Amino acid sequence: MPTKKNNDDRSSGRDELRSRLRESATYPREVIAEIQRAAETGIYDIRGWGAKRKVPNFDDLLFLGASMSRYPLEGYREKCTTSVTLGTRFASKPIELKIPITVAGMSFGALSGPAKEALGRGASAAGTSTTTGDGGMTPEERENSNILVYQLLPSRYGMNPDDLRRADAIEVVVGQGAKPGGGGMLLGQKISERVAGMRDLPEGIDQRSACRHPDWTGPDDLAIKIQELREITNWEKPIYIKIGAARTYYDTALAVKAGADVVVLDGMQGGTAATQDVFIEHVGIPTLPALRQAVEALQELDMHRKVQLIVSGGIRSGADVAKALAMGADAVSVGVAALIALGDNSPQFESDYNELGSSAGFYDDWHEGLDPSGISTQDEELAARFDPVLGGRRLANYLNVLTLETQTLARANGKSHVHNLEPEDLVALTIEASAMAGVPLAGTDWIPGKNNF
Amino acid sequence: MDINYDLAVGTTRELNQKLNAAATKDADVSFRVLNPKGAHTLAVGMTSNISVDIQGHVGYYCGGMNQNAHIKVLGNAGPAVAENMMSGRVTVSGSVSHYAGASAHGGLLVVQGDSSSRCGISLKGANIVVQGSVGHMSAFMAQSGSMVVCGDAGDALGDSLYEAKLYVRGNVASLGTDCVEKTLLDEHKREIDGLLERAGVTGADASEFRRFGSARKLYNFDVDNADAY
Repeated sequence: MPTKKNNDDRSSGRDELRSRLRESATYPREVIAEIQRAAETGIYDIRGWGAKRKVPNFDDLLFLGASMSRYPLEGYREKCTTSVTLGTRFASKPIELKIPITVAGMSFGALSGPAKEALGRGASAAGTSTTTGDGGMTPEERENSNILVYQLLPSRYGMNPDDLRRADAIEVVVGQGAKPGGGGMLLGQKISERVAGMRDLPEGIDQRSACRHPDWTGPDDLAIKIQELREITNWEKPIYIKIGAARTYYDTALAVKAGADVVVLDGMQGGTAATQDVFIEHVGIPTLPALRQAVEALQELDMHRKVQLIVSGGIRSGADVAKALAMGADAVSVGVAALIALGDNSPQFESDYNELGSSAGFYDDWHEGLDPSGISTQDEELAARFDPVLGGRRLANYLNVLTLETQTLARANGKSHVHNLEPEDLVALTIEASAMAGVPLAGTDWIPGKNNF
Repeated sequence: MDINYDLAVGTTRELNQKLNAAATKDADVSFRVLNPKGAHTLAVGMTSNISVDIQGHVGYYCGGMNQNAHIKVLGNAGPAVAENMMSGRVTVSGSVSHYAGASAHGGLLVVQGDSSSRCGISLKGANIVVQGSVGHMSAFMAQSGSMVVCGDAGDALGDSLYEAKLYVRGNVASLGTDCVEKTLLDEHKREIDGLLERAGVTGADASEFRRFGSARKLYNFDVDNADAY
């Protein structure tokens, strides 16, 4: 549901009036506003960002820490390593990351060239990878990213074997958490001459890319497609399969069967540059239960840690990272949080956000290309507001904080590597989170659905 | 230099490695591949202008992402032959399965038999000549490039088409959303003649073809077109 900030909320007269009025739980203001908007425009609401509804998430889990029965590691003395190797199954050149946090795929087109450059700079400074998107690989991006993952998407915009060989890993995108089953969308405002050229499209048209790949259907085909990609790249590159969280247990198992080196799992809180609001909010499952299902599938196939698992969708803090790793992920990915770190939704641009009918902290109309922070735009004047060097520095800072926080929690649980975190270190605060994450409700040994109870 | 490679004894991996190794050393190389027996991913990711003649049927993705090489299949081809081809040429003497030439950016794909459905899906600049007929949903979301069909086209030809040009000599079962017939001008006849000549097709007169292209009504969303989706 769209949340438009009412700037005049604080006016005391209205507060007094509203204290006597009763708002409908079925028809709260944002629901009424959406009905009015639909009636006025005749078209569904399109927006960026991920699901805004409240869903059980990592905040509903806690670490137990150490005490009499477990001993911790010294916070500033004893080592807690964070390195991750991805692609050990088939690739002759696996990827080595310094930290278990990667930057998710976001397209040049959705983002400005300098914003893509900043993602590369920040990820590289922090020792991790960044990812292309539905629009091909730009030279700036390749140049500024030490480790670059190249996405193979249904649209195949800009897809070519030279970039495949230039990439450090290849990510076959089957789905996205914000819209499992939906294709890409980039509206005319952002199809500049350069974006159109890279995608072989006329300038200024609304680009709605396909939701299925043009040359394979189903996991049996995909296995052969992956064989082709490996042949073209001499079996060097790790091949990831990215899925949106839906029927995660089966989808993960099928990704393994299709020959993935790495499974990337994106929960419903994962971001998008432009999708129908109804799709974002009502399709797919949250990251928390999806992660548990993916780990179960890998364990049952004896592939846990052999096929690496990257999870994304609402990763914001080191606590989220540590909890995802404890549940069995090998690494996480950040998208929306990375954009915020670059400067998206900064209060610095509050008056500009107000002019667009939004406010810092709420702005999600990334598809319109009018982003005051200069990040999700193709407008040269707006893009010039953004400094890719500074943005890269900010992203590196943010990634470093996530890493420090993750290490803090790992040491508190007595772990000398962040991958030694385990479900046994976790408890749930709510029955829902307990059932979804498969860890006991705090203070009990109860996991709903387990042991016939 | 002519080299024979027998897949009854060797492997796809070794063949592709040999093809690429030969390509980096000497462009003037002709490979003859024996006993393909429907193998997948043959001659994918070629980079230089070597010739590869495959003597028999091939499976998925033959000639995938081809750059410069001339690949000839003496038999039928499975799904997505010449997918994402960048340049060069892939010729199939028999018929091809679905997705032929999917998202191909350049080069020429010649099918001397028929093509199954979705021929030229997401086409991005390559040219396709089919001497027989093409199945349903051919040129779906095709963006640029040209497709010449000497026989018939199945249902929903050119659905959600962008700027690709479609030429069909026989019957078209039905047109897809936003695809319309357009006038065949001299420039189009010249293009057809040129492509037929390059494909080695004789006995077809350019003026017998009809031209189809995008009505461009779905380029920018209009709620009044919602029924079209």
